[in-house]
Amino acid sequence: MAKLKSNYETSAWARFLRWMKGGGSGLDRSMIRSLGEEALPSQRSESEHLAIERAREEREKQDLERERLIQERLHAWSRSRGSRLVNALYRLSAIVVCIAIIYVLLSSVSELPPFGRAENPVNNEVSARYIEDGLAETGSVNIVGGMILDYRAFDTLGESHVLFVAACAVVLLLRINLDKDGRPTREKLDAEADDRKYEPHNDVILQKISNLIVPCLLLFGIYVVLNGHLSAGGGFSGGAIMGAALILYVNAHGLTKAGQHRLFSYRVYKALTFCALAFYALAKSYSFFMGANHLDSHIPLGTPGRILSAGLILPLNIAVGIVVAWTMYSFYTLFRKGDF
Amino acid sequence: MESVWQNIPFFCILLCIASASFTSVLPKRAARAVCLLVVLAVIAMSALLIGRVSAYGGSYTYMMGHFPAPWGNEIRAGLLEAVVALAFGVIMLLAILGGLDRIDEHVFDDKQNLYFIMLELLLAALLAQVYTNDLFTGYVFVEIMTLTACSLIIARSKGRTLVAATRYMIMNLMGSGLFLLGLSFLYGMTGHLLMSHIHEKVAALAADGAYPRALTVTVALMSLGLAIKSALFPFHTWLPDAYGYSTPTSSAVLSSLVSKGYIILLIKLFYRVIGLEIVRQTRINNVLFVFGLVGIIMGSLSAIREKDIRRMVSFSSVAQIGYIYMGIGMGTEAGMVAAVFHIFVHGMAKSMLFLSTSGLVQVSGESKLFRDLRGSGYRNPIAGVAFSVGSFSMVGIPFLGGFISKVYFAKAAMLMNPTETLIVLLVLAASTILNTIYFLKTVITLYRPVPADGPADARRPAFVVSMLCLIAVNFALGTFSQPIIEAIRAGLRMFA
Amino acid sequence: MLENLLQTPYETASIILFGIGFTSLMLQKNMIKKIVGFNMMDSAIYLFLAAKGYIDGRKAPIVVNGVTSVEAYINPIPSGLVLTGIVVSVSVTSLMLALTVRLYRRYHTLDIDEITALARKEEP
Repeated sequence: MAKLKSNYETSAWARFLRWMKGGGSGLDRSMIRSLGEEALPSQRSESEHLAIERAREEREKQDLERERLIQERLHAWSRSRGSRLVNALYRLSAIVVCIAIIYVLLSSVSELPPFGRAENPVNNEVSARYIEDGLAETGSVNIVGGMILDYRAFDTLGESHVLFVAACAVVLLLRINLDKDGRPTREKLDAEADDRKYEPHNDVILQKISNLIVPCLLLFGIYVVLNGHLSAGGGFSGGAIMGAALILYVNAHGLTKAGQHRLFSYRVYKALTFCALAFYALAKSYSFFMGANHLDSHIPLGTPGRILSAGLILPLNIAVGIVVAWTMYSFYTLFRKGDF
Repeated sequence: MESVWQNIPFFCILLCIASASFTSVLPKRAARAVCLLVVLAVIAMSALLIGRVSAYGGSYTYMMGHFPAPWGNEIRAGLLEAVVALAFGVIMLLAILGGLDRIDEHVFDDKQNLYFIMLELLLAALLAQVYTNDLFTGYVFVEIMTLTACSLIIARSKGRTLVAATRYMIMNLMGSGLFLLGLSFLYGMTGHLLMSHIHEKVAALAADGAYPRALTVTVALMSLGLAIKSALFPFHTWLPDAYGYSTPTSSAVLSSLVSKGYIILLIKLFYRVIGLEIVRQTRINNVLFVFGLVGIIMGSLSAIREKDIRRMVSFSSVAQIGYIYMGIGMGTEAGMVAAVFHIFVHGMAKSMLFLSTSGLVQVSGESKLFRDLRGSGYRNPIAGVAFSVGSFSMVGIPFLGGFISKVYFAKAAMLMNPTETLIVLLVLAASTILNTIYFLKTVITLYRPVPADGPADARRPAFVVSMLCLIAVNFALGTFSQPIIEAIRAGLRMFA
Repeated sequence: MLENLLQTPYETASIILFGIGFTSLMLQKNMIKKIVGFNMMDSAIYLFLAAKGYIDGRKAPIVVNGVTSVEAYINPIPSGLVLTGIVVSVSVTSLMLALTVRLYRRYHTLDIDEITALARKEEP
């Protein structure tokens, strides 16, 4: 019936149905047919590149047009009188709810002990032992670092795995797959083409400055990681700084150039994360097992203040730093391109 | 040196955590095998622990590290914790087995090992919440559970699952924020993070009359946070979408394990951190009681209106969580025993319902609407029988778990004052009728005689094994419930 | 009540921020504003926790000159709790942003109500 029409695929009804079903990025079927088999990027010639670019621009124009129509329809409704009243009431009730929550919570905060007094209930024998015996028992000059990596290490184990779960979830959501035969899908080619907009072209200033800054940032990050037990520092903060250095490098020089280094590939990311987290879990299991069964764990504490001291805290900081740095980099590249 | 068996909770938790990072480098089949092996190991060790702890006769604490609590972390294991860990392990194993082929279908091949990582970390977080004796450790593992549960929903990548996952995360983040704020208030007032020490301090503060409003607000914040996360009545809007559209293993695990983990933490909060008398003084349990009752009725009413079988089963989950909160809200030991037993019953029955639904849908041309499911009980007999057994359990037919839990709820209600007894009995009766309406209607639809023209059902061994085991467990909960109830009662006495 | 609140200025400020953040998370329709609200709420809780640890006139808990007496340093426990909390907050924010990116690619809008309405029309 409707299928007998010759240009059914491009008719308004068919397009509307496709929009209702929420298809991919609004591909025009005739464009696919005219382009035929998609060759891999390296095998395509210049003219094919141009054809694909033109087809992409056509599609983008149609997408924008469709988007503009959708937005117009929705905004026309929202400009009507009835919905403005509803919006105003909604905002008013939101303010009332906010003030109610704040009032209830403030009425209970007013009963809490005052700020900064030494006789508050929080300053009890628990914190006293951390301060007085922390240096002797953990070997770490940084009391907070010793506390989170030695006394309350189980919490930190959980916390690093929270970061791991988030990284896996972002990979699950944003990493664009190859199709069943291992060839790149249309989505992947689209994302790669999109990404070319973000690649730096002739950004000489950015590249020269980053050549100066990135080594300093990396060194500083490594310094912060290694200093976790000697002064303020630790795996998490140092890892964030190292991640920032990696992101700056990729931003300045581009993902194509970074892709030539083995360091920035997905396999290295998986391998590093696995090694670091497995080491963390095994080292801490050993420590927990020995401690719970009242055995001596034979890990030397060293002299406080020297770099090779504080037992397991230094290796754990390094492991956490590596995980955090590569996770930050992976967030950047997955959000930007959908792959490493 | 402590006996070797006392190390079992530590082994279970660390095995799951270590296997998660190991699974990240494995391909699909190896990841699946590792996950199943880990869950089997947890089940075996928990069964062993139950035997040893009952012989030991009390709960014991286990230092995680060289420093005793409150300076170091501590976990505590007793009879109730071991029984709960065993039940959760069994549910997870049967959920994975029952949905194994659907995981293959719905999740992309490259990303399947990520799915199994999430399952392992979910189990680790559950066990850590069950065994923990420290409030902040509980919070960190609650966050792990939130993130892994969200990833389980988005593993099947369709538009509706993404929206469901977003709404799930928004509600859960509100709950986490409230819980953390309550925890900070509690720390500010008592100065301790270890549950037993907080208990002593809170009892002293309540006796002195210090912090009258702050204590109530703190308990309210923490209970409200956990109640939002486990989908108590007004906060359940994310539930039908999240359970209804994800892959069957995710639905089973989410409905049977994730909400129940938060409820176990809430029970721990009431028993071990605040103390039941103080909770009763603040009347928080009355609020939970009322919301539970309303949830039972509204959940069943919404389920009746549904035309999609999976959303109907999800709304029935809302009603069952209402039952559990009704039991907790009673504030008596009898109510808690009934609530914990219903956690087990609901876990076993609901996972069976979700998994059998996927089997029925498969032989009805992948449609979830009732008119296409007619006669699917004949096309996929094992799924049909499993669905019927699950429905009967939820309705409350004798010889099945649901009947026993309803009896115990009624017995617990008799111990309250007459108005509340009357209300509870009326709600129980009304909800039984409402449950019958939608569940038996579905069972009848499944077994309507239609001409046999559906696709032939390929026998999948994992699915069949899982269904048979679940049916057996449901009957076991119904017939051999006495030892389980006794174990729960003894465990709750050790729990405080 | 007001005099007591003035004695705990940081806690009061953090509660006000918490209220604003919580309401944004709950009632804002734009996804990015919800995420901003969540971050504000979490940061407010960390401010609250960090304020619990401070003691007037004492220094940060890093041992200098071998002085390990209790009177020299502030309480180290809340700092450790805040460290853990920050990592949790970062992880959750990254997951929510990834979800927002996928939703935008699919539905071309950031308004959660519009997205829910559009999603309801899809096949389940």
